[in-house]
Amino acid sequence: MTTVSEPFQGTSSPDGSPASGPGTTGAGAIRVQGVSKAFGRGEGAVVALDRISLEVPTGGFVALVGASGCGKSTLLNLLAGLDTPTRGDVAVEGRTALMFQEAALFPWLTVAQNVSLALKLRKVPKRQRPAMVDELLDTVHLADFADKRPHELSGGMRQRVAIARAFAQDADTLLMDEPFGALDAMTRDLLHDELERLWVERGFTCLFVTHNVREAVRLADRVEVLSSRPGRVAAGFDVPFDRPRRIEDPDVSGLAGEITVRLREEVRRHATDH
Amino acid sequence: MPPITEADEHQLDQELSGLDALELAPAPRAEWASRIWAATWPKLLAVAIALLLWQLVVWSGWKKPWQLPPPGPVFRALWDGLQNGTIWRGIGLTLRRAVYGYSLALVIGVAVGLLVARSRVLRSGVGSMITGLMTMPSIAWFPLAIVLLGGNESAIMFVVVLGAAPAIANGLIAGIDNVPPILVRAGRVLGARGTNLWRHVILPAAMPTFATGLKQGWAFAWRSLLAGELIVIVRGTPSLGAQLSNARDLREMELLIAIMIVILVIGILADSLVFGRIERYVRKRFGLVDAAGS
Ligand SMILES: Nc1ncnc2c1ncn2[C@@H]1O[C@H](COP(=O)(O)OP(=O)(O)OP(=O)(O)O)[C@@H](O)[C@H]1O
Ligand SMILES: [Mg+2]
Repeated sequence: MTTVSEPFQGTSSPDGSPASGPGTTGAGAIRVQGVSKAFGRGEGAVVALDRISLEVPTGGFVALVGASGCGKSTLLNLLAGLDTPTRGDVAVEGRTALMFQEAALFPWLTVAQNVSLALKLRKVPKRQRPAMVDELLDTVHLADFADKRPHELSGGMRQRVAIARAFAQDADTLLMDEPFGALDAMTRDLLHDELERLWVERGFTCLFVTHNVREAVRLADRVEVLSSRPGRVAAGFDVPFDRPRRIEDPDVSGLAGEITVRLREEVRRHATDH
Repeated sequence: MPPITEADEHQLDQELSGLDALELAPAPRAEWASRIWAATWPKLLAVAIALLLWQLVVWSGWKKPWQLPPPGPVFRALWDGLQNGTIWRGIGLTLRRAVYGYSLALVIGVAVGLLVARSRVLRSGVGSMITGLMTMPSIAWFPLAIVLLGGNESAIMFVVVLGAAPAIANGLIAGIDNVPPILVRAGRVLGARGTNLWRHVILPAAMPTFATGLKQGWAFAWRSLLAGELIVIVRGTPSLGAQLSNARDLREMELLIAIMIVILVIGILADSLVFGRIERYVRKRFGLVDAAGS
Protein backbone atom coordinates (compact mmCIF):
# COMPACT_ATOMS: atom_id res chain seq x y z
CA MET A 1 0.00 0.00 0.00
CA THR A 2 1.31 3.39 -0.90
CA THR A 3 0.02 6.21 1.19
CA VAL A 4 0.79 9.85 0.88
CA SER A 5 0.44 11.30 4.29
CA GLU A 6 -1.07 14.73 4.25
CA PRO A 7 -1.18 17.26 7.02
CA PHE A 8 -4.10 17.25 9.39
CA GLN A 9 -7.29 18.60 7.90
CA GLY A 10 -8.47 19.99 11.19
CA THR A 11 -7.05 22.37 13.70
CA SER A 12 -5.92 20.06 16.50
CA SER A 13 -2.31 19.13 16.89
CA PRO A 14 -1.20 15.96 15.20
CA ASP A 15 0.42 14.34 18.22
CA GLY A 16 0.44 10.59 17.82
CA SER A 17 -2.36 8.67 19.38
CA PRO A 18 -1.82 5.17 20.65
CA ALA A 19 -2.11 2.62 17.95
CA SER A 20 -4.54 -0.15 18.50
CA GLY A 21 -5.77 -2.75 16.09
CA PRO A 22 -3.59 -4.48 13.59
CA GLY A 23 -1.56 -2.98 10.78
CA THR A 24 -0.78 0.56 11.80
CA THR A 25 1.49 1.65 8.97
CA GLY A 26 0.29 4.79 7.29
CA ALA A 27 -3.06 4.68 9.09
CA GLY A 28 -4.83 7.74 10.39
CA ALA A 29 -6.83 8.76 13.39
CA ILE A 30 -10.02 10.68 13.98
CA ARG A 31 -10.49 13.21 16.72
CA VAL A 32 -13.64 15.16 17.39
CA GLN A 33 -13.52 17.71 20.20
CA GLY A 34 -16.53 19.59 21.47
CA VAL A 35 -18.06 19.78 18.04
CA SER A 36 -21.43 21.42 17.55
CA LYS A 37 -23.25 21.74 14.29
CA ALA A 38 -26.38 23.75 13.75
CA PHE A 39 -28.25 24.11 10.49
CA GLY A 40 -29.80 27.50 9.97
CA ARG A 41 -29.75 30.41 12.37
CA GLY A 42 -31.80 31.83 15.20
CA GLU A 43 -35.20 30.41 16.07
CA GLY A 44 -35.51 27.85 13.32
CA ALA A 45 -32.01 26.45 13.70
CA VAL A 46 -31.67 22.69 13.99
CA VAL A 47 -28.90 21.65 16.33
CA ALA A 48 -27.74 18.39 14.81
CA LEU A 49 -24.71 17.92 17.06
CA ASP A 50 -24.06 19.45 20.44
CA ARG A 51 -20.55 19.44 21.88
CA ILE A 52 -19.81 15.92 20.78
CA SER A 53 -16.39 14.44 21.46
CA LEU A 54 -15.13 11.25 19.99
CA GLU A 55 -11.86 9.59 19.22
CA VAL A 56 -10.89 6.75 16.98
CA PRO A 57 -7.35 5.47 17.47
CA THR A 58 -5.11 4.95 14.48
CA GLY A 59 -6.09 1.71 12.80
CA GLY A 60 -9.11 1.37 15.04
CA PHE A 61 -12.60 0.34 14.11
CA VAL A 62 -15.37 2.26 15.84
CA ALA A 63 -19.07 1.84 15.20
CA LEU A 64 -21.55 4.60 15.80
CA VAL A 65 -25.15 3.72 16.62
CA GLY A 66 -27.98 6.08 17.35
CA ALA A 67 -31.54 6.85 16.54
CA SER A 68 -32.46 8.22 13.14
CA GLY A 69 -31.82 11.94 12.89
CA CYS A 70 -29.33 12.11 15.75
CA GLY A 71 -26.62 13.58 13.55
CA LYS A 72 -24.53 10.62 12.44
CA SER A 73 -24.41 11.58 8.79
CA THR A 74 -23.76 15.18 9.79
CA LEU A 75 -20.73 14.07 11.80
CA LEU A 76 -19.31 12.05 8.93
CA ASN A 77 -19.77 15.00 6.57
CA LEU A 78 -17.80 17.17 8.97
CA LEU A 79 -15.06 14.57 9.18
CA ALA A 80 -14.86 14.32 5.40
CA GLY A 81 -14.44 18.08 5.18
CA LEU A 82 -17.67 18.55 3.24
CA ASP A 83 -19.03 20.83 5.92
CA THR A 84 -17.55 22.91 8.71
CA PRO A 85 -18.54 22.62 12.36
CA THR A 86 -20.33 25.53 14.02
CA ARG A 87 -18.07 25.01 17.01
CA GLY A 88 -15.22 22.75 18.02
CA ASP A 89 -12.49 20.92 16.17
CA VAL A 90 -12.44 17.93 13.94
CA ALA A 91 -9.21 16.32 12.91
CA VAL A 92 -8.72 13.48 10.52
CA GLU A 93 -5.27 12.24 9.72
CA GLY A 94 -4.34 11.33 6.18
CA ARG A 95 -6.61 10.84 3.23
CA THR A 96 -10.25 10.26 3.96
CA ALA A 97 -12.83 8.23 2.07
CA LEU A 98 -16.51 8.68 2.81
CA MET A 99 -19.13 6.24 1.74
CA PHE A 100 -22.45 8.06 1.75
CA GLN A 101 -25.70 6.72 3.07
CA GLU A 102 -26.94 6.62 -0.53
CA ALA A 103 -24.70 5.04 -3.16
CA ALA A 104 -24.06 8.39 -4.90
CA LEU A 105 -22.64 6.75 -8.01
CA PHE A 106 -22.17 8.76 -11.18
CA PRO A 107 -25.06 7.69 -13.42
CA TRP A 108 -23.25 8.45 -16.68
CA LEU A 109 -20.40 6.06 -15.89
CA THR A 110 -20.43 2.29 -15.91
CA VAL A 111 -19.74 0.36 -12.73
CA ALA A 112 -16.11 -0.14 -13.74
CA GLN A 113 -15.71 3.53 -14.72
CA ASN A 114 -17.15 4.66 -11.40
CA VAL A 115 -14.51 2.68 -9.56
CA SER A 116 -11.82 3.64 -12.04
CA LEU A 117 -12.51 7.35 -11.57
CA ALA A 118 -11.61 7.02 -7.90
CA LEU A 119 -8.27 5.53 -8.96
CA LYS A 120 -7.72 8.20 -11.59
CA LEU A 121 -8.37 11.00 -9.13
CA ARG A 122 -5.73 9.62 -6.80
CA LYS A 123 -3.37 9.52 -9.77
CA VAL A 124 -3.00 5.80 -10.28
CA PRO A 125 -1.33 5.36 -13.68
CA LYS A 126 -3.78 4.44 -16.42
CA ARG A 127 -2.16 1.09 -17.16
CA GLN A 128 -2.64 -0.15 -13.62
CA ARG A 129 -6.27 0.83 -13.31
CA PRO A 130 -8.11 -1.98 -15.14
CA ALA A 131 -6.53 -4.72 -13.08
CA MET A 132 -7.24 -2.85 -9.86
CA VAL A 133 -10.84 -2.24 -10.89
CA ASP A 134 -11.29 -5.94 -11.61
CA GLU A 135 -9.90 -6.83 -8.23
CA LEU A 136 -12.11 -4.33 -6.41
CA LEU A 137 -15.23 -5.47 -8.22
CA ASP A 138 -14.28 -9.03 -7.38
CA THR A 139 -14.13 -8.04 -3.73
CA VAL A 140 -17.75 -6.94 -3.79
CA HIS A 141 -18.67 -9.83 -6.09
CA LEU A 142 -19.75 -7.66 -8.98
CA ALA A 143 -17.16 -8.62 -11.59
CA ASP A 144 -19.93 -9.64 -14.00
CA PHE A 145 -21.55 -6.23 -13.83
CA ALA A 146 -18.52 -4.10 -14.71
CA ASP A 147 -20.11 -2.70 -17.86
CA LYS A 148 -23.57 -2.02 -16.46
CA ARG A 149 -24.70 1.44 -15.50
CA PRO A 150 -25.85 2.22 -11.97
CA HIS A 151 -29.51 2.41 -12.95
CA GLU A 152 -29.32 -1.14 -14.22
CA LEU A 153 -28.38 -2.45 -10.79
CA SER A 154 -30.43 -3.17 -7.72
CA GLY A 155 -30.11 -0.91 -4.70
CA GLY A 156 -27.92 -3.40 -2.86
CA MET A 157 -25.65 -3.85 -5.85
CA ARG A 158 -25.24 -0.09 -6.18
CA GLN A 159 -24.27 0.01 -2.55
CA ARG A 160 -21.61 -2.59 -3.24
CA VAL A 161 -20.21 -0.53 -6.11
CA ALA A 162 -20.00 2.38 -3.69
CA ILE A 163 -18.08 0.15 -1.31
CA ALA A 164 -15.68 -0.81 -4.09
CA ARG A 165 -15.25 2.86 -4.96
CA ALA A 166 -14.52 3.71 -1.34
CA PHE A 167 -11.93 0.93 -1.16
CA ALA A 168 -10.44 2.21 -4.43
CA GLN A 169 -9.54 5.42 -2.69
CA ASP A 170 -7.21 3.40 -0.48
CA ALA A 171 -7.65 6.03 2.19
CA ASP A 172 -6.08 6.13 5.61
CA THR A 173 -9.47 6.73 7.13
CA LEU A 174 -12.66 5.14 5.93
CA LEU A 175 -15.96 6.66 6.97
CA MET A 176 -18.98 4.50 6.20
CA ASP A 177 -22.56 5.66 6.57
CA GLU A 178 -24.88 2.66 6.88
CA PRO A 179 -23.11 0.95 4.00
CA PHE A 180 -24.95 -2.33 4.35
CA GLY A 181 -28.41 -0.99 5.10
CA ALA A 182 -29.87 -1.94 1.75
CA LEU A 183 -28.49 -5.46 1.63
CA ASP A 184 -30.05 -8.82 2.33
CA ALA A 185 -28.70 -10.62 5.39
CA MET A 186 -26.63 -13.08 3.41
CA THR A 187 -24.85 -10.55 1.23
CA ARG A 188 -24.34 -8.38 4.26
CA ASP A 189 -22.63 -11.20 6.16
CA LEU A 190 -20.32 -11.82 3.23
CA LEU A 191 -19.42 -8.15 3.02
CA HIS A 192 -18.77 -8.02 6.76
CA ASP A 193 -16.14 -10.68 6.19
CA GLU A 194 -14.68 -8.71 3.27
CA LEU A 195 -14.60 -5.46 5.18
CA GLU A 196 -12.92 -7.11 8.15
CA ARG A 197 -10.40 -8.80 5.86
CA LEU A 198 -9.53 -5.52 4.12
CA TRP A 199 -9.30 -3.70 7.42
CA VAL A 200 -6.88 -6.33 8.77
CA GLU A 201 -4.90 -6.29 5.51
CA ARG A 202 -4.67 -2.56 4.97
CA GLY A 203 -4.88 -1.28 8.52
CA PHE A 204 -6.98 1.80 7.86
CA THR A 205 -8.97 3.57 10.52
CA CYS A 206 -12.69 2.97 10.24
CA LEU A 207 -15.68 4.84 11.56
CA PHE A 208 -18.80 2.90 10.78
CA VAL A 209 -22.34 4.21 11.20
CA THR A 210 -25.15 1.72 11.48
CA HIS A 211 -28.63 1.18 12.87
CA ASN A 212 -27.88 -2.47 13.35
CA VAL A 213 -26.36 -3.01 16.79
CA ARG A 214 -25.36 -6.58 16.07
CA GLU A 215 -23.54 -5.46 12.98
CA ALA A 216 -21.75 -2.86 15.07
CA VAL A 217 -20.61 -5.47 17.59
CA ARG A 218 -19.69 -7.92 14.83
CA LEU A 219 -17.32 -5.43 13.22
CA ALA A 220 -16.04 -2.85 15.68
CA ASP A 221 -13.47 -2.61 18.48
CA ARG A 222 -15.74 -0.16 20.17
CA VAL A 223 -19.36 0.88 19.81
CA GLU A 224 -20.41 4.42 20.65
CA VAL A 225 -24.05 5.14 21.36
CA LEU A 226 -25.23 8.59 20.35
CA SER A 227 -28.07 10.35 22.09
CA SER A 228 -30.74 11.98 20.00
CA ARG A 229 -31.07 15.62 19.08
CA PRO A 230 -28.81 17.19 19.93
CA GLY A 231 -26.43 14.33 19.26
CA ARG A 232 -23.86 13.50 21.89
CA VAL A 233 -22.03 10.38 22.90
CA ALA A 234 -24.25 8.78 25.55
CA ALA A 235 -22.26 5.62 26.15
CA GLY A 236 -19.38 3.62 24.77
CA PHE A 237 -18.86 -0.13 24.79
CA ASP A 238 -15.59 -1.93 24.14
CA VAL A 239 -15.93 -5.13 22.17
CA PRO A 240 -13.38 -7.53 23.64
CA PHE A 241 -14.16 -10.57 21.51
CA ASP A 242 -11.57 -12.24 19.33
CA ARG A 243 -11.74 -11.94 15.58
CA PRO A 244 -12.96 -13.35 13.35
CA ARG A 245 -16.44 -13.04 14.77
CA ARG A 246 -19.73 -14.10 13.39
CA ILE A 247 -22.85 -12.07 13.70
CA GLU A 248 -24.66 -15.05 15.23
CA ASP A 249 -22.02 -15.64 17.95
CA PRO A 250 -23.61 -15.72 21.42
CA ASP A 251 -21.03 -13.17 22.68
CA VAL A 252 -21.97 -10.79 19.90
CA SER A 253 -25.68 -11.23 20.54
CA GLY A 254 -25.18 -10.75 24.27
CA LEU A 255 -23.33 -7.47 24.02
CA ALA A 256 -25.63 -6.30 21.24
CA GLY A 257 -28.56 -6.90 23.57
CA GLU A 258 -26.92 -4.81 26.26
CA ILE A 259 -26.21 -1.96 23.86
CA THR A 260 -29.72 -2.13 22.46
CA VAL A 261 -31.12 -1.63 25.97
CA ARG A 262 -28.98 1.48 26.33
CA LEU A 263 -29.97 2.71 22.89
CA ARG A 264 -33.66 2.24 23.68
CA GLU A 265 -33.23 4.30 26.82
CA GLU A 266 -31.80 7.07 24.71
CA VAL A 267 -34.58 6.92 22.19
CA ARG A 268 -37.21 6.85 24.95
CA ARG A 269 -35.59 9.74 26.77
CA HIS A 270 -35.64 11.70 23.55
CA ALA A 271 -39.27 10.82 22.90
CA THR A 272 -40.38 12.05 26.37
CA ASP A 273 -38.29 15.22 26.05
CA HIS A 274 -40.74 16.65 23.58
CA MET B 1 -9.71 -14.06 10.28
CA PRO B 2 -9.90 -17.57 8.90
CA PRO B 3 -7.95 -17.79 5.70
CA ILE B 4 -10.43 -17.47 2.87
CA THR B 5 -9.54 -20.13 0.36
CA GLU B 6 -10.12 -19.82 -3.31
CA ALA B 7 -12.79 -22.46 -3.14
CA ASP B 8 -14.63 -20.38 -0.57
CA GLU B 9 -14.32 -17.31 -2.74
CA HIS B 10 -15.67 -19.20 -5.66
CA GLN B 11 -18.61 -20.38 -3.64
CA LEU B 12 -19.28 -16.86 -2.40
CA ASP B 13 -19.25 -15.63 -5.95
CA GLN B 14 -21.68 -18.28 -7.02
CA GLU B 15 -24.02 -17.58 -4.15
CA LEU B 16 -23.90 -13.88 -4.85
CA SER B 17 -24.35 -14.13 -8.58
CA GLY B 18 -27.32 -16.35 -7.83
CA LEU B 19 -28.74 -13.56 -5.69
CA ASP B 20 -27.90 -10.96 -8.30
CA ALA B 21 -29.60 -12.97 -11.01
CA LEU B 22 -32.73 -12.83 -8.89
CA GLU B 23 -32.39 -9.10 -8.53
CA LEU B 24 -32.02 -8.40 -12.22
CA ALA B 25 -35.06 -9.30 -14.25
CA PRO B 26 -34.28 -9.90 -17.93
CA ALA B 27 -35.24 -6.93 -20.12
CA PRO B 28 -37.96 -7.74 -22.64
CA ARG B 29 -36.76 -7.29 -26.23
CA ALA B 30 -39.25 -6.61 -28.95
CA GLU B 31 -38.60 -7.77 -32.49
CA TRP B 32 -36.57 -5.15 -34.38
CA ALA B 33 -38.74 -4.88 -37.48
CA SER B 34 -41.99 -4.91 -35.58
CA ARG B 35 -40.67 -2.19 -33.32
CA ILE B 36 -39.88 0.06 -36.28
CA TRP B 37 -43.29 -0.66 -37.73
CA ALA B 38 -44.92 0.11 -34.40
CA ALA B 39 -43.11 3.45 -34.32
CA THR B 40 -43.88 4.32 -37.97
CA TRP B 41 -47.48 3.43 -38.63
CA PRO B 42 -49.05 6.06 -36.35
CA LYS B 43 -46.99 8.69 -38.15
CA LEU B 44 -48.00 7.40 -41.58
CA LEU B 45 -51.60 7.41 -40.48
CA ALA B 46 -51.31 11.02 -39.29
CA VAL B 47 -49.81 12.07 -42.65
CA ALA B 48 -52.58 10.25 -44.51
CA ILE B 49 -55.24 11.99 -42.42
CA ALA B 50 -53.63 15.39 -43.01
CA LEU B 51 -53.56 14.81 -46.78
CA LEU B 52 -57.15 13.66 -46.74
CA LEU B 53 -58.28 16.75 -44.82
CA TRP B 54 -56.38 18.97 -47.23
CA GLN B 55 -58.03 17.29 -50.20
CA LEU B 56 -61.45 17.62 -48.52
CA VAL B 57 -60.92 21.34 -47.96
CA VAL B 58 -60.01 21.75 -51.64
CA TRP B 59 -63.09 19.75 -52.69
CA SER B 60 -65.31 21.84 -50.44
CA GLY B 61 -64.60 24.78 -52.75
CA TRP B 62 -63.71 27.07 -49.85
CA LYS B 63 -60.86 28.62 -51.83
CA LYS B 64 -60.19 28.76 -55.54
CA PRO B 65 -57.73 26.09 -56.76
CA TRP B 66 -55.15 28.76 -57.66
CA GLN B 67 -55.23 29.89 -54.04
CA LEU B 68 -55.21 26.44 -52.44
CA PRO B 69 -54.09 23.71 -54.85
CA PRO B 70 -54.85 20.06 -54.04
CA PRO B 71 -52.06 17.66 -52.86
CA GLY B 72 -51.55 16.07 -56.29
CA PRO B 73 -50.18 19.10 -58.17
CA VAL B 74 -48.21 20.19 -55.11
CA PHE B 75 -46.35 16.90 -55.00
CA ARG B 76 -45.82 17.13 -58.74
CA ALA B 77 -44.26 20.58 -58.21
CA LEU B 78 -42.15 19.14 -55.43
CA TRP B 79 -41.00 16.30 -57.65
CA ASP B 80 -40.16 18.72 -60.48
CA GLY B 81 -38.26 21.01 -58.15
CA LEU B 82 -36.25 18.09 -56.82
CA GLN B 83 -35.66 16.79 -60.37
CA ASN B 84 -34.38 20.05 -61.82
CA GLY B 85 -32.27 20.70 -58.75
CA THR B 86 -33.64 24.07 -57.64
CA ILE B 87 -35.08 22.72 -54.40
CA TRP B 88 -31.88 20.77 -53.71
CA ARG B 89 -29.86 23.94 -54.22
CA GLY B 90 -32.21 25.73 -51.82
CA ILE B 91 -31.88 22.96 -49.26
CA GLY B 92 -28.10 23.04 -49.60
CA LEU B 93 -27.90 26.78 -49.12
CA THR B 94 -30.29 26.98 -46.22
CA LEU B 95 -28.77 23.98 -44.46
CA ARG B 96 -25.29 25.43 -44.86
CA ARG B 97 -26.49 28.61 -43.20
CA ALA B 98 -28.23 26.59 -40.52
CA VAL B 99 -25.13 24.55 -39.71
CA TYR B 100 -22.89 27.59 -39.78
CA GLY B 101 -25.21 29.72 -37.64
CA TYR B 102 -25.94 26.93 -35.22
CA SER B 103 -22.24 26.12 -34.78
CA LEU B 104 -21.53 29.75 -34.02
CA ALA B 105 -24.43 29.82 -31.56
CA LEU B 106 -23.11 26.63 -29.97
CA VAL B 107 -19.66 28.08 -29.40
CA ILE B 108 -21.01 31.36 -28.06
CA GLY B 109 -23.76 29.70 -26.01
CA VAL B 110 -21.36 27.26 -24.36
CA ALA B 111 -18.80 29.97 -23.64
CA VAL B 112 -21.37 32.32 -22.13
CA GLY B 113 -23.07 29.47 -20.27
CA LEU B 114 -19.81 28.35 -18.69
CA LEU B 115 -18.83 31.87 -17.72
CA VAL B 116 -22.20 32.61 -16.18
CA ALA B 117 -22.41 29.29 -14.37
CA ARG B 118 -18.96 29.72 -12.85
CA SER B 119 -19.29 33.28 -11.68
CA ARG B 120 -21.74 34.29 -9.01
CA VAL B 121 -21.70 37.95 -10.04
CA LEU B 122 -22.46 37.19 -13.66
CA ARG B 123 -25.15 34.75 -12.63
CA SER B 124 -27.54 37.26 -11.14
CA GLY B 125 -27.10 39.86 -13.88
CA VAL B 126 -26.48 38.01 -17.11
CA GLY B 127 -28.47 34.94 -16.11
CA SER B 128 -31.78 36.74 -16.12
CA MET B 129 -30.82 38.63 -19.28
CA ILE B 130 -30.37 35.32 -21.07
CA THR B 131 -33.87 34.18 -20.13
CA GLY B 132 -35.11 37.58 -21.26
CA LEU B 133 -33.42 37.16 -24.64
CA MET B 134 -35.16 33.84 -25.09
CA THR B 135 -38.58 35.47 -24.88
CA MET B 136 -37.68 38.01 -27.58
CA PRO B 137 -39.22 37.03 -30.95
CA SER B 138 -36.23 36.77 -33.26
CA ILE B 139 -38.00 38.62 -36.04
CA ALA B 140 -37.89 41.76 -33.89
CA TRP B 141 -34.10 41.78 -34.25
CA PHE B 142 -34.11 42.16 -38.03
CA PRO B 143 -34.57 45.89 -38.39
CA LEU B 144 -31.60 46.47 -36.11
CA ALA B 145 -29.55 43.70 -37.74
CA ILE B 146 -30.14 45.10 -41.21
CA VAL B 147 -29.13 48.60 -40.17
CA LEU B 148 -26.04 47.35 -38.37
CA LEU B 149 -24.85 44.70 -40.80
CA GLY B 150 -26.65 45.47 -44.06
CA GLY B 151 -29.18 43.39 -45.95
CA ASN B 152 -26.92 40.40 -46.36
CA GLU B 153 -26.10 37.02 -44.90
CA SER B 154 -24.43 38.52 -41.83
CA ALA B 155 -27.74 39.99 -40.71
CA ILE B 156 -29.36 36.57 -40.99
CA MET B 157 -26.54 34.89 -39.07
CA PHE B 158 -26.72 37.58 -36.41
CA VAL B 159 -30.35 36.82 -35.74
CA VAL B 160 -29.87 33.05 -35.89
CA VAL B 161 -27.13 33.27 -33.28
CA LEU B 162 -29.18 35.60 -31.10
CA GLY B 163 -32.05 33.14 -31.33
CA ALA B 164 -30.14 29.95 -30.61
CA ALA B 165 -27.26 30.94 -28.32
CA PRO B 166 -29.41 31.97 -25.31
CA ALA B 167 -31.29 28.67 -25.40
CA ILE B 168 -28.02 26.74 -25.52
CA ALA B 169 -26.45 28.83 -22.77
CA ASN B 170 -29.57 28.50 -20.69
CA GLY B 171 -29.57 24.71 -21.05
CA LEU B 172 -25.99 24.58 -19.86
CA ILE B 173 -26.58 26.91 -16.92
CA ALA B 174 -29.74 25.10 -15.84
CA GLY B 175 -27.92 21.79 -16.17
CA ILE B 176 -25.06 22.98 -14.00
CA ASP B 177 -27.44 24.50 -11.44
CA ASN B 178 -29.37 21.29 -11.13
CA VAL B 179 -26.46 18.91 -10.64
CA PRO B 180 -27.49 16.81 -7.63
CA PRO B 181 -25.43 18.09 -4.67
CA ILE B 182 -24.73 14.55 -3.55
CA LEU B 183 -22.78 13.92 -6.76
CA VAL B 184 -20.67 17.02 -6.21
CA ARG B 185 -19.99 15.84 -2.66
CA ALA B 186 -19.11 12.39 -3.95
CA GLY B 187 -16.70 14.00 -6.39
CA ARG B 188 -15.10 16.07 -3.68
CA VAL B 189 -14.71 13.05 -1.43
CA LEU B 190 -12.96 11.27 -4.31
CA GLY B 191 -10.51 14.15 -4.41
CA ALA B 192 -11.84 16.07 -7.42
CA ARG B 193 -11.25 19.79 -6.95
CA GLY B 194 -11.49 22.75 -9.31
CA THR B 195 -11.09 21.80 -12.93
CA ASN B 196 -11.22 18.09 -12.14
CA LEU B 197 -14.55 18.51 -10.38
CA TRP B 198 -15.94 20.32 -13.41
CA ARG B 199 -14.56 17.86 -15.88
CA HIS B 200 -15.47 14.65 -14.10
CA VAL B 201 -18.62 15.57 -12.23
CA ILE B 202 -20.36 18.86 -12.93
CA LEU B 203 -20.23 18.97 -16.72
CA PRO B 204 -21.16 15.32 -17.27
CA ALA B 205 -23.97 15.64 -14.75
CA ALA B 206 -25.28 18.71 -16.60
CA MET B 207 -25.57 16.83 -19.90
CA PRO B 208 -29.27 15.82 -19.88
CA THR B 209 -30.45 19.41 -19.44
CA PHE B 210 -27.79 20.65 -21.85
CA ALA B 211 -29.03 18.21 -24.49
CA THR B 212 -32.51 19.67 -24.10
CA GLY B 213 -30.99 23.14 -24.52
CA LEU B 214 -29.25 22.02 -27.71
CA LYS B 215 -32.55 20.82 -29.12
CA GLN B 216 -34.34 23.97 -28.12
CA GLY B 217 -31.52 26.05 -29.60
CA TRP B 218 -31.95 24.24 -32.89
CA ALA B 219 -35.67 25.02 -32.95
CA PHE B 220 -34.89 28.70 -32.36
CA ALA B 221 -32.13 28.71 -34.99
CA TRP B 222 -34.30 27.08 -37.64
CA ARG B 223 -37.19 29.48 -37.10
CA SER B 224 -34.95 32.54 -37.04
CA LEU B 225 -33.18 31.37 -40.17
CA LEU B 226 -36.34 30.98 -42.22
CA ALA B 227 -37.71 34.28 -40.95
CA GLY B 228 -34.40 35.86 -41.94
CA GLU B 229 -34.42 34.31 -45.40
CA LEU B 230 -37.91 35.68 -46.01
CA ILE B 231 -37.00 39.17 -44.85
CA VAL B 232 -33.44 39.50 -46.09
CA ILE B 233 -33.33 38.27 -49.67
CA VAL B 234 -29.70 38.06 -50.66
CA ARG B 235 -29.28 38.39 -54.42
CA GLY B 236 -28.13 35.28 -56.22
CA THR B 237 -28.77 32.94 -53.29
CA PRO B 238 -31.94 30.93 -53.98
CA SER B 239 -32.31 29.70 -50.41
CA LEU B 240 -35.51 27.97 -49.31
CA GLY B 241 -36.77 31.22 -47.81
CA ALA B 242 -35.98 33.16 -50.98
CA GLN B 243 -37.70 30.52 -53.12
CA LEU B 244 -40.73 30.68 -50.85
CA SER B 245 -40.90 34.42 -51.17
CA ASN B 246 -40.38 34.14 -54.92
CA ALA B 247 -43.17 31.59 -55.31
CA ARG B 248 -45.54 33.93 -53.52
CA ASP B 249 -44.60 36.82 -55.78
CA LEU B 250 -45.18 34.68 -58.87
CA ARG B 251 -48.39 33.17 -57.39
CA GLU B 252 -46.96 29.65 -57.87
CA MET B 253 -48.98 28.14 -55.08
CA GLU B 254 -48.01 24.53 -55.87
CA LEU B 255 -44.33 25.37 -55.51
CA LEU B 256 -44.98 27.52 -52.45
CA ILE B 257 -46.65 24.69 -50.57
CA ALA B 258 -44.05 22.20 -51.85
CA ILE B 259 -41.27 24.33 -50.32
CA MET B 260 -43.21 24.63 -47.10
CA ILE B 261 -43.35 20.84 -46.96
CA VAL B 262 -39.60 20.68 -47.51
CA ILE B 263 -39.02 23.14 -44.64
CA LEU B 264 -41.30 21.16 -42.38
CA VAL B 265 -39.63 17.86 -43.22
CA ILE B 266 -36.13 19.23 -42.65
CA GLY B 267 -37.21 20.57 -39.26
CA ILE B 268 -38.72 17.26 -38.26
CA LEU B 269 -35.75 15.23 -39.50
CA ALA B 270 -33.18 17.44 -37.77
CA ASP B 271 -35.18 17.30 -34.59
CA SER B 272 -35.71 13.56 -34.53
CA LEU B 273 -32.55 12.30 -36.23
CA VAL B 274 -30.02 14.66 -34.67
CA PHE B 275 -31.24 16.47 -31.58
CA GLY B 276 -33.85 14.00 -30.42
CA ARG B 277 -31.28 11.27 -30.81
CA ILE B 278 -28.66 13.14 -28.79
CA GLU B 279 -31.19 13.79 -26.09
CA ARG B 280 -32.40 10.20 -26.01
CA TYR B 281 -28.84 8.91 -25.96
CA VAL B 282 -27.90 11.06 -23.00
CA ARG B 283 -31.09 10.31 -21.11
CA LYS B 284 -30.66 6.62 -21.71
CA ARG B 285 -27.08 6.69 -20.50
CA PHE B 286 -28.28 8.35 -17.34
CA GLY B 287 -31.08 5.86 -16.91
CA LEU B 288 -33.66 8.61 -17.21
CA VAL B 289 -35.82 6.69 -19.65
CA ASP B 290 -37.62 3.47 -19.11
CA ALA B 291 -35.54 0.96 -21.06
CA ALA B 292 -38.64 -1.01 -22.05
CA GLY B 293 -40.69 1.99 -23.14
CA SER B 294 -40.83 3.89 -26.43
N1 LIG C 1 -28.48 20.28 5.28
C1 LIG C 1 -29.29 20.29 6.35
N2 LIG C 1 -30.08 21.35 6.60
C2 LIG C 1 -30.89 21.38 7.68
N3 LIG C 1 -30.97 20.40 8.58
C3 LIG C 1 -30.23 19.31 8.38
C4 LIG C 1 -29.35 19.19 7.27
N4 LIG C 1 -28.73 17.99 7.33
C5 LIG C 1 -29.21 17.40 8.45
N5 LIG C 1 -30.10 18.17 9.08
C6 LIG C 1 -30.78 17.86 10.34
O1 LIG C 1 -29.81 17.42 11.25
C7 LIG C 1 -30.29 16.31 11.98
C8 LIG C 1 -29.33 15.17 11.86
O2 LIG C 1 -29.34 14.69 10.54
P1 LIG C 1 -28.43 13.47 10.07
O3 LIG C 1 -28.67 13.25 8.63
O4 LIG C 1 -27.04 13.71 10.49
O5 LIG C 1 -29.06 12.26 10.90
P2 LIG C 1 -28.63 10.73 10.95
O6 LIG C 1 -28.21 10.43 12.33
O7 LIG C 1 -27.66 10.43 9.89
O8 LIG C 1 -30.01 10.00 10.65
P3 LIG C 1 -30.28 8.64 9.88
O9 LIG C 1 -29.90 7.55 10.80
O10 LIG C 1 -31.74 8.67 9.65
O11 LIG C 1 -29.47 8.68 8.65
C9 LIG C 1 -31.68 16.02 11.48
O12 LIG C 1 -32.60 16.57 12.41
C10 LIG C 1 -31.78 16.73 10.18
O13 LIG C 1 -33.07 17.23 10.01
MG1 LIG D 1 -27.71 9.39 8.18
